Amino acid sequence: MWITNLPPFIPFFIAACLLTLLPRKARYAMLLLPVWGGLNLWFGAQEGNWLTYSIAEFELQLMKVDRLSLMFGYLFHIAAFIALIYSLHVKDRLQQVAGLLYAGSALGAVFSGDLLSLFIFWELLALTSVWLIWARRTEKATKAGLRYLIFQVLSGVLLLAGTLIHYSQTGSLAFEFIGLDSIASWIILIALGIKCGFPFLHTWLTDAYPEATPTGTVFLSAFTTKVAIFALARIFPGTELLVYIGAAMTCFPIFYAVIENDLRKVLAYSLINQLGFMVCGIGIGTALALNGAVAHAFNDVIFKGLLFMTMGAVLHRVGHVNGSNLGGLYKTMPKTTVFCIVGAASISAFPLFSGFVSKSMVMAAMIDAGHEYLWLMLLFASAGVFHHAGIKIPFFAFFAHDSGLRPKEAPANMLTAMFIASCLCIFIGSYPDLMYSLLPWENDYVPYDITHVLTQLQLLFFSALAFVWLNKKGLYPPELRSVNLDVEWLYRKLLPSAAMQVRTIASQLNNGMQQQILGLITRLPDIKESSTYSAAHLTKRMAGLLAILLLLGYLGKTL
Amino acid sequence: MSEHNESQSDEETENRFFDKPRNVAIILWVFYAICAALVIMDFIVHRHIYTQIEEIPAFYALYGFVACVVLVLIATQMRKVLMRGEDYYDKSNDEGHE
Repeated sequence: MWITNLPPFIPFFIAACLLTLLPRKARYAMLLLPVWGGLNLWFGAQEGNWLTYSIAEFELQLMKVDRLSLMFGYLFHIAAFIALIYSLHVKDRLQQVAGLLYAGSALGAVFSGDLLSLFIFWELLALTSVWLIWARRTEKATKAGLRYLIFQVLSGVLLLAGTLIHYSQTGSLAFEFIGLDSIASWIILIALGIKCGFPFLHTWLTDAYPEATPTGTVFLSAFTTKVAIFALARIFPGTELLVYIGAAMTCFPIFYAVIENDLRKVLAYSLINQLGFMVCGIGIGTALALNGAVAHAFNDVIFKGLLFMTMGAVLHRVGHVNGSNLGGLYKTMPKTTVFCIVGAASISAFPLFSGFVSKSMVMAAMIDAGHEYLWLMLLFASAGVFHHAGIKIPFFAFFAHDSGLRPKEAPANMLTAMFIASCLCIFIGSYPDLMYSLLPWENDYVPYDITHVLTQLQLLFFSALAFVWLNKKGLYPPELRSVNLDVEWLYRKLLPSAAMQVRTIASQLNNGMQQQILGLITRLPDIKESSTYSAAHLTKRMAGLLAILLLLGYLGKTL
Repeated sequence: MSEHNESQSDEETENRFFDKPRNVAIILWVFYAICAALVIMDFIVHRHIYTQIEEIPAFYALYGFVACVVLVLIATQMRKVLMRGEDYYDKSNDEGHE
């Protein structure tokens, strides 16, 4: 029944191939796949390093099983299962095939034992996921997909470069702790940072994720960034720089999230915020911190997926997710509203919801490690998350003023997927021990005590109070159809403008030179047929020139 | 695009729960009561204190409120610098290809 140590990416790749060939009804069968795959992983995988192949001088390892890779493995199977249910209604087979290949690539990446295999799956992640953006088939999506692809492939190229330099310096390709001590490791850090959404390297996320299809974004949010977090946790745990980067990542997106209109772009910024908590945890490096980071990654996939699913449902039924033009949807989409609120409570770390049991671990680890000012930043970010994801998104989409829109409730498969995700959020939040038992490092953290619950409730309720007060005072910024400038301005506006300037100057130079040369040509003497220019005359001149040259040569030789 | 729900009359969807101001007012009063209760709890319950700053009474409540107000005010100012029209990037791309 179970295949021992089967690399989990194989069933997904096979299913993707089958899906292209089999009739449409077969797509229901593909749901069995992540279920079987997950169970196979549970029963059939043994801790250790398996499936080592030698190619040329390199040793590739396809199945490195330990508690960390297993946890991410289970997580990706759950995510794939939910996302596949969510996408059942889609007639465009491209999305489901791409989704399966994408999930498979992510699984291949987390079970890699060496950096070269990681690189291969890293690039596969990019190549498979871009189709989920292009599947939207609008001009904006096509261009966004291209920009996304450039960033992702760049990340892969940097990873390869760093790997090869590292190999030439140490002779090792092992996917394990390296730490920040050489040029190679810096290059690898930047490669991981691109996929993690480090500040200044994050714009591909906020640019591309809102442009993908409703189901596409659900897939996208689950895999790429979490594979990067996994790699970061393997290669750079305890790197102090990451604590500062993570803190920055939690803070800057929440400002953008408040003024952003496209609600899925708000979620994209929110994703960077959540990744910041994970990066912080990895940076601190203690068992509690690393457990917190991994636990938060686990919970984030589920509640972020849930939030993207609810917004995807709105997009599917209404045609857009602009906060400025939504509102009052609770009347005709009550179930979606409830699921959205569950997701919002989870991301805000409301007690009894999943975010509470993981985010608090990172916060506690921060204090233990003595980073008090950074802890305050993270606390600020936590309040901010509740504001833009916990309140703003459900409020402007489903409540606020009545927009007059009366869309139908989301289709049954979407509701099922959202229901499963919501149940998981509440279950993990209320009974965290099951998830805690999967954690890779020693864990004795207790999330539910009076202090944690009381302080968190105070933080959340008074953030909500601030929202109410700001609204009553008319100080809350309205949702406006707009674009807010982010770092992408550099390559979407400055670079093309500069290139245009160069082109203009170059063409001016070109024209100028052409005119100059033409002018010179017209000033050349015409060859007329008059006597002054007879052949005899020319011959005499040539002879004279020859005589002078001979004289000069003779003089040059003797002097 | 949006689809009208034929099975429900317009009247039914026009005056639902949150449309009645009285319901909204009740919810808000319950909310304020909970906020007050949480602050009072802070003086009754013994909180574990890990850092010096947590010793401020009702620290988390104050921090949550102030943080959000500051966040929104700064974001509003940021908007003055960063906001552009919806087709800001699309326009420039078109001009670039001429």
